[in-house]
Amino acid sequence: MRTEPITDASGRPIPVARTWHWGRWLAAVVALAVAARLAYLMVANPNLEWGKVAEYLFHERILSGVWVTIEISVLATALGLVLGVLVAIMRLAHNPVLSGLASFYIWFFRGTPVLVQLIFWYNLAFLFPELVLKIPFTMIGVKWDTNQVMTGFTSAMLGLGLNLAAYFAETVRAGIQAVDQGQTEAAYALGMTPAKRMRVIVLPQALRIIIPPTGNEFISMLKTTSLVYVVAGHDLMTNASQIYKANNLIMELLIVASLWYMLMTAVATFLQGRLERRFGSEAVRLVRGGGLAARILPKAAA
Amino acid sequence: MNAADEQIVQASGVRMSYGDVQVLNGVDFTVASGEVSCIIGPSGSGKSTFLRCLNGLEPVLGGSLRVLGEEVGHTLRGGRYHPWTPKEFAAFRRNIGMVFQRFNLFAHHSALENVACGPVHVLGTPADRARTLAMEHLDRVGLADHAHKRPHQLSGGQQQRVAIARALAMNPALMLFDEPTSALDPELVDEVLEVMKGLAVEGMTMVVVTHEIAFAREVGDWLTFFADGVVVERGRPRELLANPGHQRTRAFLSSVRDPKEREESR
Repeated sequence: MRTEPITDASGRPIPVARTWHWGRWLAAVVALAVAARLAYLMVANPNLEWGKVAEYLFHERILSGVWVTIEISVLATALGLVLGVLVAIMRLAHNPVLSGLASFYIWFFRGTPVLVQLIFWYNLAFLFPELVLKIPFTMIGVKWDTNQVMTGFTSAMLGLGLNLAAYFAETVRAGIQAVDQGQTEAAYALGMTPAKRMRVIVLPQALRIIIPPTGNEFISMLKTTSLVYVVAGHDLMTNASQIYKANNLIMELLIVASLWYMLMTAVATFLQGRLERRFGSEAVRLVRGGGLAARILPKAAA
Repeated sequence: MNAADEQIVQASGVRMSYGDVQVLNGVDFTVASGEVSCIIGPSGSGKSTFLRCLNGLEPVLGGSLRVLGEEVGHTLRGGRYHPWTPKEFAAFRRNIGMVFQRFNLFAHHSALENVACGPVHVLGTPADRARTLAMEHLDRVGLADHAHKRPHQLSGGQQQRVAIARALAMNPALMLFDEPTSALDPELVDEVLEVMKGLAVEGMTMVVVTHEIAFAREVGDWLTFFADGVVVERGRPRELLANPGHQRTRAFLSSVRDPKEREESR
């Protein structure tokens, strides 16, 4: 919008009149009024005991639930990322069997609800009462009782991690395919094998494209962990629900849980911002050195 | 060593196609050790494809192509030709440097890392030694001062010189150039050609696909004219340029020669 006056032929400045945006003011007032009313209905609700919200906000079981939620989120995301890279590479392999299996994996885990997967892993003992890991045709190996291994925590981690891997594999595949074909040709021309080309040339460049969206995956994971309450994983949502089942303060505890989820999301969003500044996707960032690639692949820094 | 092994490149009847489109229709071509062989021809004539066959980036579908004493893509064992594994292709390509039209420098590496990359990751040269060697190669193409810049911080001409240094770092027996100056602004062409001339003087065996007629005349030992996937004619550059034997060659040369050169040839 113009801020400096316009001068006429004799050089005399003539001011510009102010424009009143009546429509904008009206829309803002209406929106504020609706928001204020909704907030008032919540805050001033006689059926809501805000004192209880404050009381339970730092309750021991809520705090331990927050910690477990963070643990499950971090572990499941880590599992998802590592497995996702593996599935993506399989998906792009020339071997039709590997590529087919990867496609099936992606289809299967994206095609079934995560809730179903969580309950499945938790009840794995119905299919396999014992988990055995041994060298074929020998007696050397180890054996576990499935019910002891598949606790709420491990089934949550497995279910969420395997599920994320399926989604993340597609992100990785897009990142790998976004790396210019010329990079691959130059790597081959230098005498690199396909595996070395992937590890030394393509993946480090793809990672810079892939890393920013992983922040989103993690933020989304923080809240998806609330599904874990169906398998009693002692996370934030499980513990909150167990408390409200005992004292019937359902709304109060949902607010407590939500406040914690919002705080965790805010922290994760802040960290994601830092991550994106470091690995931002614009071209200048793309080629800046140091970074993750140099630490993962110290030889690449030569 | 028999006579055939002295030829760095020996192609006879090489054929190649993309699906139904026949790109190479029986190419005969030889390069002896230390020779600079330039290839010219209209776009779509198959000259770049042929160059990419020389280091196995494109598969040869028919005929015979021997490079550095090996039948490219196959090894004769027990009376049969066995297709190479990716590892065998990689081992073969170590001895052949390639310079691309679009440079293809590794975008996540500095100029120095680009040059050191091959020795470190392919030859297993210790990092310190590779760094020293890489500095020497960068110095040779006049870019020692730019060693720590990323490709996007360099001009096209500088990037292409880094790409040449990267190929030289592998100590190749043969260098392939795929239109190395075609993507450059006109004022940057000469700095790249100068580096290539230096290489030729030092006796490097080179195959150069190019549109730089003046370079071919001055530096080339042989000039080959490609059209429609075959070699139309081949000769000493000065003779072939002054006195082309085929109508197609004449038509092509008159279309690519710039006015200044036409002035000279009058």
